[in-house]
Amino acid sequence: MDPVTAMYVAQGMHGLAYGMILFLLASGLTLIFGMMGILNLAHATFFMLSAYLCYQVIAWTGSFWLALLIAPIVTGIIGVLLERFLLRKVHAFGHIGELILTVGVSLVILESVKVFWGTESLPVQIPNVLQGLVTAGGLDYPIYRLFIIGLSLVILIVLMLILYKTRLGMVVRAAVSDADMVDALGINVPLVFMLVFGVGTWMAGVAGVAIAPILTVFPGLADQVGMDAFIVVVVGGFGSLGGALLVAIICGLLNSYGVQFVSQLAPVLMYIFMAIVLVFKPMGLFGERE
Amino acid sequence: MLLEATNLNTYYGESHALQDMSLNVEDGEVVALLGRNGMGKSTTMKTIMGLLKPRSGKVIFDGRDITGQRPHKVARAGIGYVPEERRIFPNLSVLDNLMMGVKGGKVDTSNANIWTIEKIFERFPFMRDRTNQKGALLSGGEQQMLTIGRTLMGNPRLLMVDEPTEGLSPVMVKEVRDVLAAICKSGISILLVEHNLKVAMSLADRVYLMGKAHLGFTGTIAELDANPEARAKYLEV
Repeated sequence: MDPVTAMYVAQGMHGLAYGMILFLLASGLTLIFGMMGILNLAHATFFMLSAYLCYQVIAWTGSFWLALLIAPIVTGIIGVLLERFLLRKVHAFGHIGELILTVGVSLVILESVKVFWGTESLPVQIPNVLQGLVTAGGLDYPIYRLFIIGLSLVILIVLMLILYKTRLGMVVRAAVSDADMVDALGINVPLVFMLVFGVGTWMAGVAGVAIAPILTVFPGLADQVGMDAFIVVVVGGFGSLGGALLVAIICGLLNSYGVQFVSQLAPVLMYIFMAIVLVFKPMGLFGERE
Repeated sequence: MLLEATNLNTYYGESHALQDMSLNVEDGEVVALLGRNGMGKSTTMKTIMGLLKPRSGKVIFDGRDITGQRPHKVARAGIGYVPEERRIFPNLSVLDNLMMGVKGGKVDTSNANIWTIEKIFERFPFMRDRTNQKGALLSGGEQQMLTIGRTLMGNPRLLMVDEPTEGLSPVMVKEVRDVLAAICKSGISILLVEHNLKVAMSLADRVYLMGKAHLGFTGTIAELDANPEARAKYLEV
C-alpha cells in the first residue's frame, strides 16, 4: 500500500477513536449540564477515576473486559451518591454552589487517586483479541480503535432509543423542559434526575476505560481530556447529543491531523475552532439555550 | 371531606403571600376560588400541590396529611393540577403529552368513570387527528384542553384548575366550561380559580373570595348573590 495513504488512514482512525471517546465524555456532560442544568465540574475527574479503576481491576483479575464492565459501573454509582447526598442539596442555590461543591469533590478524588496509585503514569494492556490490525481494501486498521468507535456507536444508539422510544426517555425530555410540572403529574423527578446523572457519569467511566490503553493512566488525564470534552459540549450546543457527536468527531480529527500537518499549532486548533463557531453561533452549533 | 386546608401561611422570601388561608372541598363538589389579581389564589393552589412549602398550616386530603409533601406524592394521593400557564411539554407530541399524565400503579378498570386515552379522544376529537404533532403547534385553546386531558389521564379525585379560560375565544371559553362540567359529572371534584365570573358561577356550588393574601368571604352561590357588599369588596374592579 502507498505509505502516505496508510499514514492518512492511521491518523484518521486515531482521530475518530479519540473523537468517539470525547463524545462519550461530552455526551455525559451534555446530559447532566445541558439537559438537567446541573453544573458538574467533577465530570472529567470521574473519567480519570474510572481509568484508575480499570487499571486496578486488570491488576486484580487480569481481564480488560471485566474492567470495562466494572469500572464504569462503580464510577456511575459514585456519581449517583454525589448527586443524591451532595449536589441535590445545593442545587437550589444555583450554579455557584454546584461549582464550589464539584470542584471540591474533584480535588478530593484527585488527591485520593495520588495517595492510592501515586503520580506516575500506569500502563494498561489491550487484550490480545483487540491488538494488531485488520486489513481491508489494501489498508490497515488498528483493531482497538475500531472497537472504540463501534462501542461508542452502540452506546449512542442505545441512548437515543431510550431517550426517544421509551417512557423513561419521554419523562426525561419532559422534565428537561419543565421539571416541576412533571413532578406535579405524579412522577418522582428527583429520582429520574439521579438516574440520568448516574448514566452520565457511567458514560464518563466508559470513556475513561477506553482511553486508558491509549494515553496510559495518570492524574492529569482529567485536565487534558476534560477540557477538550468541555469544548465539544460548548461548540456542539448544550443539551444536544447530535451536536456533541459531530463536534467530537471534528475535534478528534483536528487533533490528529493537526499533529501531522501543523504540529506547532495542534494544541490550539480546537480553541481556534471553538472561537470561530462561537462568533457566528453563540449558543453552539445545535444549542437551543445559552 | 375530600380536601381540607387549614391556616396555611406561605412566603415568597419575606413576602407573606398566604395568611392563615383555609378552604375545603367536599367529595363531588365544584368550589370556586375568586378574587382580584395578586391576592394569592394561585399561591393557594401551589401550596396545596406541594410546589410551595407552607411555613405553617395543614393540608389534609382524603384523611391523609399531605402538608409540604413533594408534588409527585400529592399527585399520587389523587390531586390533579392544571396550572395557569398550561405548561404543556412543547417538545413532546400530543400523545406523549397525554401519556405523561399516566401515573402508573394500579388503575381501577372496573370503574366506568375511569379516564382512558379512548375517552380523552372522545371528549377532545381534535387530539385523535393530531397525536403526532408537537404540543407547541397547538392553539391556546387546544393547549388548555391538552393540559386538562393530560391531568385526567392520571385519574385524580380532585382537579385544581387555575384560570382555564384566560385568553381564550368565546367559543373556546364555552368549550372549556362544558368540559369542566362533564368532568364534575364523572365524579371528580374541582377547585377552580377563574376570572370569568359567569363561568365560575355556572359551575360552582360554593365560592371563596380572597382579599390580599387572606380569605375574605365564603358561602354558596346564593349567599354570594345575596351579599353585594362582599362582591363589591373582593370582586368588582
